[in-house]
Amino acid sequence: MFFTEENVVSVELNNLRLPLATFVLEVDVVLAGRVTAIFGASGAGKTALLEIIAGLRRPAAGAVRLDGAALTDVAGKIFVPPERRAVGYVPQEGALFPHLTVRENLAFGQARAGAEPTAGLTFAHVAEVLEITALTERRIGTLSGGERQRVALGRALLAAPLLLLLDEPLAGLDAGLRDRLLPYLARVRDEFRIPMLYVTHAPDEVMALCDDVLVLAAGRLEQRGVPAAVFEVGTAPRYVRRR
Amino acid sequence: MAEIWEITWFTVCVAALSTAVILPGGIALAWLLARKEWRGKSLVETLVALPLVIPPVATGLLLLKFLGRRGPLGGWLERTWGWEIVFTWRAVVIATAVMSFPLLVRTARVAFEGVSPRLEQVARTLGAGPWRVFWRVTLPLARRGLVAGALLAFARALGEFGATIMVAGYIPGKTATLALSIYHSVQLGRDDEALVMLGISVAIALGAVWASECFLRRKTS
Repeated sequence: MFFTEENVVSVELNNLRLPLATFVLEVDVVLAGRVTAIFGASGAGKTALLEIIAGLRRPAAGAVRLDGAALTDVAGKIFVPPERRAVGYVPQEGALFPHLTVRENLAFGQARAGAEPTAGLTFAHVAEVLEITALTERRIGTLSGGERQRVALGRALLAAPLLLLLDEPLAGLDAGLRDRLLPYLARVRDEFRIPMLYVTHAPDEVMALCDDVLVLAAGRLEQRGVPAAVFEVGTAPRYVRRR
Repeated sequence: MAEIWEITWFTVCVAALSTAVILPGGIALAWLLARKEWRGKSLVETLVALPLVIPPVATGLLLLKFLGRRGPLGGWLERTWGWEIVFTWRAVVIATAVMSFPLLVRTARVAFEGVSPRLEQVARTLGAGPWRVFWRVTLPLARRGLVAGALLAFARALGEFGATIMVAGYIPGKTATLALSIYHSVQLGRDDEALVMLGISVAIALGAVWASECFLRRKTS
């Protein structure tokens, strides 16, 4: 358990339904609000699920509640726009603003955080934890893949989210870089204590960072449990056993 | 010669003004076409492209019917504000604006389509509302394409002839642009004068198109 009770935020996904190209995403689950992995093969609907939570997609039915407050509720005609959700989102490619410097990227979301940053989320502290202090005056085009992901993570943190959505932040990086970045994610988890949903298809990332795993296959929740149980030989999802 | 410079100055001012007039609406429409799905979108797309494909003289005739004293808009403007449109500099601005509008919208639309929607989405999750996202993310990232579109529209406005002659006529000192004056000079057998104005037209247009290309190329590099 990485979080004390006061840090826990409940994320309720009630009867969510969204038709996608080849299947229908259907999820009904309550998350404990620690570091939860959404695990599954490519095209299982993981990114679509994060987008619904972030408010970037509207589901056909169902509701999303953060600490009991509805962010999306199709039946109740509630849709809180993404800018008022306090849900941070780091997509796979980082999506840094190429026309801004690292400092300007990091400061982009600070307006929402307000004058008093919470839980030690100051610019200096976040930059220090992610070791990006020396990069702040650089242009985005000059950063390496790993640096970009750290800046993207810092930018999302500085907007003081109640929940952080990470969409395969280490995919697309080579194995060495992945191994070097994992400790940064662990530091973010331990230092800032912001609940995270971590989308990945790499079991080692789940084992290193998460304490709860949802296994998604073709839009449905196939399995749920602690990483050690889910990835135990014999009970692991099919596409893990094949490796 | 002094007259030629006056004509040149008038032409540049009219082209700049018509570009400025269409810029806000053109950018807004280009964004709507690039980013939103709405009813009647393909109809608007077709209407916007129309001045590119129908004869400029026909566009001019349409404007004349619409903006003339007995036309629906021209009559109203004269009664309400006392503004005369046809055969004044205002008609030149309107004719050049209508003819260059499609070029601005098309270039600006491509520029907006080149901005990754992902960046706009992430900006929203960082607390920026739709307006802030537009001003701080979309517009700066599309700016080179937008400037290129404005320069192309300006260059098109500089050389406008067909619609302008219909709706504004050739009135020296009042509506005479470079293109109209070249035609008038040739008709009167003043070829030397026409050639000087031709040189000026080519030089300004070349400058505008070259600058436009530079902006577009920098965007893709």
